[in-house]
Amino acid sequence: MESLFNIKIENGTAKITLSGRLDTSNAGALSDELKTLIGQDIQKVVFFVNDLEYISSAGLRVIIFAKQKIGTDTRVYLVGANSTILDVVKMTGMDNFLFIQDTYQD
Amino acid sequence: MIQVDSFPTHTFGEFKLRPGKPLPFGATIVPNGVNFSVFSRAAYSCELVLFRKREKEPFAIIPFFDEFRIGNVFTMVVFDLDYEDIEYGFRMDGPWIPNEGHRFDKTKILMDPYAKLIGGRDVWGEDPDWFDMYQHRARIVFDDFDWEGDRPLEIPMEDLIIYELHVRGFTRHSSSNTKHPGTFSALKEKIPYLNVLGINCVELMPIHEFDEFENSREINGRKLLNYWGYSNLGFFAPKAGYAASGKFGMQVDEFKSLIKEFHRHGIEVILDVVFNHTAEGNEMGPYISYRGLDNKTYYMLSPDGYYMNFSGCGNTLNCNNPIVRNMILDCLRYWASEFHIDGFRFDLAAILGRDQNGAPMSNPPLIESLAYDPILGKCKLIAEAWDAGGLYQVGSFPGGSRWAEWNGKYRDDIRRFIKGDEKMLGVVQQRIEGSPDLYKWHGGGTCASVNFITCHDGFVLMDLVSYDHKHNEANGEDNRDGGDDNHSWNCGWEGETENYWINRLRVKQIKNALSILLVSQGVPMILSGDEFGNSQFGNNNAYCQDNEISWLDWSLLEKNQYLHNFVKLLIKFRFKHPVLRNNTHFQHRDYVGSGYPDISWHGTQAWNVDYSDWSRTIAFLLCGKHAKNGMVEDDYIYVAMNLHWEMHGFQIPSLPAGMSWYIFSNTDVEPPFDICEPGYEPILENQNEILVGPRSVTILVGR
Repeated sequence: MESLFNIKIENGTAKITLSGRLDTSNAGALSDELKTLIGQDIQKVVFFVNDLEYISSAGLRVIIFAKQKIGTDTRVYLVGANSTILDVVKMTGMDNFLFIQDTYQD
Repeated sequence: MIQVDSFPTHTFGEFKLRPGKPLPFGATIVPNGVNFSVFSRAAYSCELVLFRKREKEPFAIIPFFDEFRIGNVFTMVVFDLDYEDIEYGFRMDGPWIPNEGHRFDKTKILMDPYAKLIGGRDVWGEDPDWFDMYQHRARIVFDDFDWEGDRPLEIPMEDLIIYELHVRGFTRHSSSNTKHPGTFSALKEKIPYLNVLGINCVELMPIHEFDEFENSREINGRKLLNYWGYSNLGFFAPKAGYAASGKFGMQVDEFKSLIKEFHRHGIEVILDVVFNHTAEGNEMGPYISYRGLDNKTYYMLSPDGYYMNFSGCGNTLNCNNPIVRNMILDCLRYWASEFHIDGFRFDLAAILGRDQNGAPMSNPPLIESLAYDPILGKCKLIAEAWDAGGLYQVGSFPGGSRWAEWNGKYRDDIRRFIKGDEKMLGVVQQRIEGSPDLYKWHGGGTCASVNFITCHDGFVLMDLVSYDHKHNEANGEDNRDGGDDNHSWNCGWEGETENYWINRLRVKQIKNALSILLVSQGVPMILSGDEFGNSQFGNNNAYCQDNEISWLDWSLLEKNQYLHNFVKLLIKFRFKHPVLRNNTHFQHRDYVGSGYPDISWHGTQAWNVDYSDWSRTIAFLLCGKHAKNGMVEDDYIYVAMNLHWEMHGFQIPSLPAGMSWYIFSNTDVEPPFDICEPGYEPILENQNEILVGPRSVTILVGR
């Protein structure tokens, strides 16, 4: 199943809206998109996931990728995650380096 | 640059393949595909069986072409696999000649011995599908965890205080107040508790994938499971059922996240590893992996092909076969490098020193390889130096100075001393000094001895002072299982009681035990829950009890808060005083010119121990100027132990001019006056003598 994602870049902030399912079938494509951000002086990557129904471990890994590869100083936000997704994020310790918000605030 | 070897050279049906790399073994993600590699010396041929996650029927069975075999290794790359959604196994064709040790069955789907993620028991206790043709399913792991700069802590061995715990039992009880009880994630929530207690190392009972349903049965309406998990399915995979995220296949990430958090809070992680046998049992057992891959290599067999049973669990892993030895080494290196594990405790380690026929070796290659391995170079190596085949090697484990041992003699001797047995003073001196009688020749100093009074195996501390006999009826084996040599004493009543004096004595005996443990030279190990009086209701072998018998009851923490406080301050006291943590044995002489020997023994009269058979009073003085071989200066410490049922006056050795005795703890006094914040002890009124109550231990500090 195809996930829809949409990337907008404004003033050093990459805003990525995810919907549907994010798993191995489309995580690679998102990862490729994120790679294009490397070297573009991105300070923040914001994932809007209100409409994301399911995220597999490969999907989570794309988010880890954002933190590790785009830049160690890049701040990564996860906005609007439902409780299932939040649980996985916390259990696996990703909450250590993500800014988790209900609605996006600078 | 795109490498030439990332392109397929062969096809099989819709699959694109090429010859793989034999090393590393297992399944490895490579550009555009997955490299599979598996060993078998005696197989004729091998097939790779691929399933989509949790599906009953495979979607592909791909043979390893002849040119994909190198030596005794079958290896190929399969391209374009959706590796997150794959479960894989092998089928091996080979001889079926049981009396020569070969048990190949080409119909069985076998798990990869190097599987780093294993599906099939994703949620603890969820009934499996017994008709599934592939029960324990190898999966492919990602290794992109962000360690955020973490590394093993490398705390000096003599500075460790080990805390043994069962991942599930620690937080499963409803009183644990955690979000996902019984998991790695819940254990992470308890780190602040462990920080308050003050321990700096956790030893986790087996966390490798095992099948909790192995030998499961129902006794009196209670389901018994393989709860402890001393029965490995795979040596490389953390147990999915211990991870709250196991149902998402993310147990590797969850466990790594736990270790990172432990390290961030100054706590090391030691794994209990079980390399003595596997879950495949004896001739009647199931085909899971090793038996069908190469039975004769992986197991110790009798000349007519039967399984030797030095483990008491049906089979014995053939640890000193070079293939198996390398697998063990690969496994430990993987845990040390990929999971940042700080050390290992080897279950029934005496088996690791038996040759391929089962005979004990004087210089076993596996033990030596582990001691000198570069990657394990800073890992703690701790042996349980006995096995179920009668080999008892406490004090003679052939590992040299790199290896420490669970000191079973410490446990037995201190238990007998506390209970009030006669003729114990001589051995108790040895135990408190770090067992030089056992380890002086060994070269590892006091750190060779892991001192403990209780561990998962046997009575918990509250039961040690509440029961004369084991009560294992709930295990359904007519109370025949579990040890009988408990050296326990119930203090006057078998089991729970409302009697104030009995309960008071029990708590005092617990405090006596932990006082002695925490002022002994060597590495102390505490069993989780003992610090707040957790009970197993007299069960001394709770291996199958996944219920209130073995789960820690956290409501006792409030009920026994004074006991908890006592233990917490004892731990703090040990850390404050380097003289309690020497890494070499005492010399019984003054080598720094302080006028006092490093350690001196006393009785009710200073400088004069009464060694009569019936004497149960003894004391020792540690000279603070000899701390760490005289390299640091510490206070003087005097410990008076009266395990007699009468009160005794102890004449205290005098201190150098200008110094005075202060009283740190006295187990005979009611809390909160039984112990002080270290450094804030009140001065002792009578500097020449103290009264030590019946069955009591008093600790003084001289400064």
